[in-house]
Amino acid sequence: MFWFKKKKTYGLEPQQKKELPDGVWLKCERCGDILYRKELERNLWVCGKCGYHFRIGCKKYIEILSDDGKFEELDGELSSKDPMNFPQYVQKLKNSQKKTGLKEGVLIGDATIGGHKVVFALTDFGFIGGSMGSVVGEKVTRAIQRAKQEKVPLVILTASGGGARMQEGILSLMQMAKTSAHLAELAKAGIPYITILTHPTMAGVMASFASLGDIIIAEPGALLGFTGPRVIQQTIGEELPDGFQRSEFLLKHGMVDIIAERKNLRKTLVSVLDFFEEKK
Amino acid sequence: MAESWLDFERPIIELERKIEELKSLDENGALKEEISKLENKASKLREDVYKNLNRWQKVQLARHLKRPYISDYIELMFDNFVELHGDRNFGDDLAIIAGIAKLDGKSVVIVGHEKGRNTKEKIRRNFGMPHPEGYRKALRVMQLAAKFKKPILTFVDTPGAYPGVGAEERGQSEAIARNLREISMLPVPIVVSITGEGGSGGALAIAIGDKILMQEHSIYSVISPEGCASILWRDSSKAPEAAEALKLTAQDLMGFGVIDEIVSEPAGGAHRDSKDAAERLKRAILNSLNELTTLPKEELVRKRIEKFLKMGVYENR
Repeated sequence: MFWFKKKKTYGLEPQQKKELPDGVWLKCERCGDILYRKELERNLWVCGKCGYHFRIGCKKYIEILSDDGKFEELDGELSSKDPMNFPQYVQKLKNSQKKTGLKEGVLIGDATIGGHKVVFALTDFGFIGGSMGSVVGEKVTRAIQRAKQEKVPLVILTASGGGARMQEGILSLMQMAKTSAHLAELAKAGIPYITILTHPTMAGVMASFASLGDIIIAEPGALLGFTGPRVIQQTIGEELPDGFQRSEFLLKHGMVDIIAERKNLRKTLVSVLDFFEEKK
Repeated sequence: MAESWLDFERPIIELERKIEELKSLDENGALKEEISKLENKASKLREDVYKNLNRWQKVQLARHLKRPYISDYIELMFDNFVELHGDRNFGDDLAIIAGIAKLDGKSVVIVGHEKGRNTKEKIRRNFGMPHPEGYRKALRVMQLAAKFKKPILTFVDTPGAYPGVGAEERGQSEAIARNLREISMLPVPIVVSITGEGGSGGALAIAIGDKILMQEHSIYSVISPEGCASILWRDSSKAPEAAEALKLTAQDLMGFGVIDEIVSEPAGGAHRDSKDAAERLKRAILNSLNELTTLPKEELVRKRIEKFLKMGVYENR
């Protein structure tokens, strides 16, 4: 029917296999350009040619965003059990710990950003897709409680394509309720809450704390949504619109406040914090 | 209408039909002994089958095409139901029914998923899979309840939130997240009844409450068994194994402390006698409401938030 059908450009196009690729020379996952590692590092892991944002993991974000890269971790000892006795879960946890050097899929702690004391939480896609099980839910909840108690803004950066963690069954689903209910208390206390959505943030995380920021900032080109594009495509049996569920799509549909390139992320965040906390 | 009995139900149904047949033939009472023997056999068979259901069989019962839906319960449990439509923003999502009614003479607000009975209805109801406007309608009507201090009853039965382009464009995630946050603060009693399929975030979005009841043969899960099987084994036909792994029955959830009460169903499941099922559920709802209405509203909200705070299993090392 359509002789000149457009080449599809939607979906999960840049599938970054490793957390951060090795080697002196790297290929951009999107445009295929050959990039010099040092140059890429200087560029905060953004392709100089096409602007593709490589996934960098939560520790790099701390370096980029917090003053002097400082972060005082809290509740780092919390670790997962296997309450459902779920196939392959224990092994999966071990592999993720080894791969990321993290104990679980989220870091929470105190930080200072642009001179503002904040409670900062970051999820990491490298750890079972940044999915939320009991530990992630509990730590995010503790971060919310701490922000409320200390009366400082809460900043949460997400990279949680995995949504609610399947391996902990219904308990993971309940973490959505738990975190959101505590955000209600934070809102009532009048404490600012800022979310930074990075590639990818989906399903149970997107449908709970990630979407509830007073201000929602997204990195360009991040996949953000409820249902994954493959499942939607299988359900509706049609091609998905260009750029479907990307940050720019969400901006157009009114779902995020700001898109900030990684090099501008800190500046944007500080401006937002400056708004909430005026210097005397 | 096409037969829609499940494999493990069939021997029971056949036996019951045979009994009916004998009864209709038995004009002078000569077959009485035979009939009572068969009736005993049928009741034993029912007991055997339903006491030992595996998780996949529970999933099938929870999705049974004859299972009562919210529209049935509205009819069987409530008086003066008035349906309220629309989210005052985009549209009216028929996958969710919302309205006001009387329960034993008391005003209540009702919100729940509706899957639709026949093909035409199912399409109209989108198989009980809401779009964002459905969740926003639910919240709007629940906020109405809070404004006028009426208790809220929700009925949960959905495969999940609808996976579609429009749903994403209009913020499916935002709608669900907002419900989770806002409903947790509503200063009126909320009783949640999981009556069929509790399909992940699409169910949770109207399942925040003070008392979570689950019918005996209903399920509640973070992901469908089919979805889980395709992720784990790249094979959705392994859904029965996935159902075992997910531990999604009412009995499982009671053990995890996620729900407050299991509501019994008539022998063979709610669909075998929806009137009886409605009566049992109504009694459980009334008991919960009686308990909740004595609490001051601050305590109600505080306890609700604490309830979810306790959920989760982890260790400190």
